[in-house]
Amino acid sequence: MKARVVGDVSMLPDGAFGSRTPIWWGLICFILIEGGGFALACGAYFFLMSHTEPWPPSRFPPDLPAGIAFTALLLLSEIPNVFTKRAEKAQDERATQLGLIAASFVGALLLAIRWFEFHSLNVRWDDNAYGSIVWALLFLHTVHLITDWADTVVLAVFTFTHEVDTNRFSDVADNSLYWHFVVIAWLPIYALIYWVPRLAG
Amino acid sequence: MSAAYPREVGAKEAEALHAQLDATWRTGTGFWDRLATVDHKIVGRRYIVTGFVFFVLAGILAVLMRLQLATPQSGLISADRYNQIFSMHGTTMMFLFAVPIMEAMGVYLVPLMCGTRNIAYPRLNAYSYWVYLFGGVMIWVAFLLNVGPETGWFSYVPLAGPEFSPGKRTDFWAQMITFTEVSALAVAAELIATILKQRAPGMTLARMPLFLWSILVTSVMILFAMPAVMLASSFLISDRLIGTHFYNPAEGGDPLLWQHLFWFFGHPEVYIIFVPALGMVSSIVATFAQRTIFAYPAMVMALIGNGLLAFGLWVHHMFATGLPRLGNSFYTSASMTIALPAGVQIFCWIATLWDGKPRFKAPLLFVLGFVVIFVLGGLTGVMLASVPLDLQLHDTYFVVAHFHYVLIGGAVFPLFGGFYYWFPKITGRMLSEKAGAWNFWLFFVGFNVAFFPMHILGLIGMPRRVYTYPAGLGWELWNRISTLGGLVIVVSVLIFIGNVTVSLRRGALAGDNPWDAATLEWATTSPPPSYNFAHIPVVTTREALWSEDRPVMEGLKSESREVLCTSVLDAEPDMRHASPKPSLWPLFTALATSAMFIGSIFHEWALVWGSLPIVVGLIGWLWPTTPPKRQLEAAT
Repeated sequence: MKARVVGDVSMLPDGAFGSRTPIWWGLICFILIEGGGFALACGAYFFLMSHTEPWPPSRFPPDLPAGIAFTALLLLSEIPNVFTKRAEKAQDERATQLGLIAASFVGALLLAIRWFEFHSLNVRWDDNAYGSIVWALLFLHTVHLITDWADTVVLAVFTFTHEVDTNRFSDVADNSLYWHFVVIAWLPIYALIYWVPRLAG
Repeated sequence: MSAAYPREVGAKEAEALHAQLDATWRTGTGFWDRLATVDHKIVGRRYIVTGFVFFVLAGILAVLMRLQLATPQSGLISADRYNQIFSMHGTTMMFLFAVPIMEAMGVYLVPLMCGTRNIAYPRLNAYSYWVYLFGGVMIWVAFLLNVGPETGWFSYVPLAGPEFSPGKRTDFWAQMITFTEVSALAVAAELIATILKQRAPGMTLARMPLFLWSILVTSVMILFAMPAVMLASSFLISDRLIGTHFYNPAEGGDPLLWQHLFWFFGHPEVYIIFVPALGMVSSIVATFAQRTIFAYPAMVMALIGNGLLAFGLWVHHMFATGLPRLGNSFYTSASMTIALPAGVQIFCWIATLWDGKPRFKAPLLFVLGFVVIFVLGGLTGVMLASVPLDLQLHDTYFVVAHFHYVLIGGAVFPLFGGFYYWFPKITGRMLSEKAGAWNFWLFFVGFNVAFFPMHILGLIGMPRRVYTYPAGLGWELWNRISTLGGLVIVVSVLIFIGNVTVSLRRGALAGDNPWDAATLEWATTSPPPSYNFAHIPVVTTREALWSEDRPVMEGLKSESREVLCTSVLDAEPDMRHASPKPSLWPLFTALATSAMFIGSIFHEWALVWGSLPIVVGLIGWLWPTTPPKRQLEAAT
């Protein structure tokens, strides 16, 4: 049977932003997977909490300063993140580079504070189930922090060495979207690690 | 191009286009070319063959167990070896055969059914295959070295904890989970993106073949179910290796946490295996009845209903753990409710066949076998959903009979039907119908002879997972009959393997559409060319190939790899999208991932050092192909 051609797609664009691209959908899948993992880990926290009295067993909740500093800086990191996202949408190369560099530095600083958070938990992972789940939550979030930070750094380097076209701007936009996830996912975990033990105790 | 549309493509133009597209998309024949390929058909074929090899291996273990149980007090297999054998049988069947092979059918078929040139994220697809392969090889090598898993396919703690399962056996099991779930999640994301973004123009959601719907529902279920088992097994391995106490009641942990997390995954898992099979059944029924599926909207709703309800059932695996009564009642009713969408679909298929002109070829035979066996398994499922009966039958062979009826009946029979149905598309040759009929009848009879007696064995008290039993309990006869049935299945599978081997060389040539089917994978040659379709097909009805008109679109680049992206709901053409070229980076990254996973069994810091090569691999893999600025400046 001969093919009957009814239309031509060569005039369509070869790059786009957001939900028009397959990669955005991949990212959404990834966020759903990770978000589901976080939600289940939080569920495990409450499950274990219902078995233990007092909570924490040592009565010493984690110290607050590192956690507060981390949370404050993480929320502030949305400023360079949103700035970068707007620069990408406007396809402004200079501003995108600037935003990515700022985001890389903030990310490095956040990782440094995270180090102190691990040292202010007042419990080891092998002390009891409380210690295990608190370390697990903090560890899970740290893995995401490192992943997105590494992605940001690589993208930042790339904007200096290579031509930046629509598809690359779109990558950077997706990176910003993922950072939103890293920020939002932290808030319930922050509450579970630092505040639930205080309120429950 | 200023051509007026519509226009017809001349023979010369078609030939030139073919040559150009073939040069762009073909996988070379060299060793490294084969390792670097990102063609979804080649990767899909490897997935299917690997999955089938695991099916045979797990089947061999099943036969060993049946031989051991054929006589009381048999000394064929020791207790310890028997533990490993039944653990490996379940683990291999569930994690290395059933889920991967269902996804593999999706990897091969979904892009063809969507009318696109390659799957979304083809490199991730290649990576997922390698990770799956290495994970499967790892657990089998461990098994052959006597460090195979020993605590069943669901590895309950405390039996699987550090106290009762010392050594590395359970650690290998836990990391096997990580391997297979990483690969399953990757494939799920690819299939979702392909189905939502790369459907042929005009293939609105309401015109999507039911197979695509079933794969979409399955993939979404995978996204929500698999993280639970990864979390559970990570907790397990950290309890075993670094002394955490998630499951240790002495330090505030709880073994029931394992059961909740595992079954939150484990129950949907059963439907993750079963829902793609439903899609295969719908494809086969429509084609062999030569009639559009009866009540398509009800079928779609039933698939989605299956997917949703599957997440509300997990506690029915835990009735014997002493849950609150209200919880028991809730999960009993939820478990009975899921019979409704399954029933809707079965009646719709019967109606389709009733009103059509059924041709009883091998694929349809397997579908009819599925209906009979699955309905029987469903009935015992409704029985087990009732708590008092479940308490009586828990951990007996009645449960073994039940889940083999639903899993083999619900998934393996449709899968074999699918093999017969799509083999001509994949290889270009037909399987022998005569051997197919033998294959089916021996499987059907052998299956019932092997598994029906297990209902009775369960009712008269034979527990699961015992390596032997004393004489005089009245179990001998039923066990012997069951073993006999198992051997009949072996003959049936051997016939299938023989059929495939012979037909690959001497089968009748298939042509594009040997069954006169309606979906797009049959619109291209058998086997399909490397680029799948010379022109992008346009869809105007639900049964695309049953209308006389075959419109197509042109305009995708032929000198570089491009796919067409369409809108999610209405499949309007939206953009052209570059599709990645072959690369060795996915293989490298998969090797690095495997090194990290296996290393972490022996030392926890492997998790940190092992991730560095993965980062290198990922950067190499994702490094964009636009030229460096220096080159551009030099050129101007």
